[in-house]
Amino acid sequence: MEETSHRAAAIRDGLGVGVAVGLAGLAFGAAAVTAGMSIAQACVLSLLAFTGASQFALAGAVGAGGDLAASAAGALLLGGRNTLYGLRLAGLLQAQGPRKLLVAQGVIDETTAVALAQPSPAAARAGFTATFAAVYVTWNLTTLGGAVGTSFLGDPRMLGLDVVGPATFLALLWPRLVRSAELRWLAAGGAAIALTATPFLPPGVPVLLSAVAVLVVMVR
Amino acid sequence: MTLWWAIAVVCVGCYAFKLAGLAAPRWVLEHPVVSRFAELVPVALLAALVAVQMFSEQGRLHFDPARTAGLAAAVVALLLRAPFLVVLAIAAVITALVRVFSG
Repeated sequence: MEETSHRAAAIRDGLGVGVAVGLAGLAFGAAAVTAGMSIAQACVLSLLAFTGASQFALAGAVGAGGDLAASAAGALLLGGRNTLYGLRLAGLLQAQGPRKLLVAQGVIDETTAVALAQPSPAAARAGFTATFAAVYVTWNLTTLGGAVGTSFLGDPRMLGLDVVGPATFLALLWPRLVRSAELRWLAAGGAAIALTATPFLPPGVPVLLSAVAVLVVMVR
Repeated sequence: MTLWWAIAVVCVGCYAFKLAGLAAPRWVLEHPVVSRFAELVPVALLAALVAVQMFSEQGRLHFDPARTAGLAAAVVALLLRAPFLVVLAIAAVITALVRVFSG
């Protein structure tokens, strides 16, 4: 009985995240087209790369006139964190065989955050699946909408959409920060390292470098 | 390198990264140091992502008053235990309002 309500809560969380991420998809579609990508290129990235921060990083670098190889490398570096999420999720999700190939595409910030916030493995699996499905559908539809509608939507920044990404990640982190002082220090340390490194390293690297804060916490 | 090639590299690479974590051998997953590292890492990376998306633009540190006001409003909403979507809506609305009124 309790397990059923945990799973229902996990599915609700997942659907909520999906709707929220839909807003960010609009911003990505708009950003990609503004950066000079075609509508098809924006949509292919959302369908196949399907990891928001890397997509934003590539669009941002292309728009800033960066070298394409360096732009791709920056986006890939940012995608490297999904490997760490996958390590964390592997035991929880227990996906085997061909299912693993499908589940892998869903290993992103949002699905990891929802899955890890659940009280039981069954609820974690339900939360992962609901989040993956909701985010995949909304992210791709809103990418298309944002790309097509850019000229009609005007500047997505005027609608405040650029704060939705960071606010989403903060809201997902929040329950863990409230529970543990150690995790608050870790989060503050990770943020400080990334900001300190930002002026000196290419986009994408500072975020990865924040993992150094994890090593400090573990050695302590 | 054409833009399409860059996109193809990013798509294939991002998928390979995701699969690599899930497909890692069992002894890697069960090693206590690896599992603690994997448990702590999302917290550091998500916090770093928030900081970088908030306070940098195109590789430089950058303070955006409207976005900062929006995130501050989100923190207040979180402290008041507002539902997830309400938190995001408040952040976007406050950011947009500050932009409108600061021209």
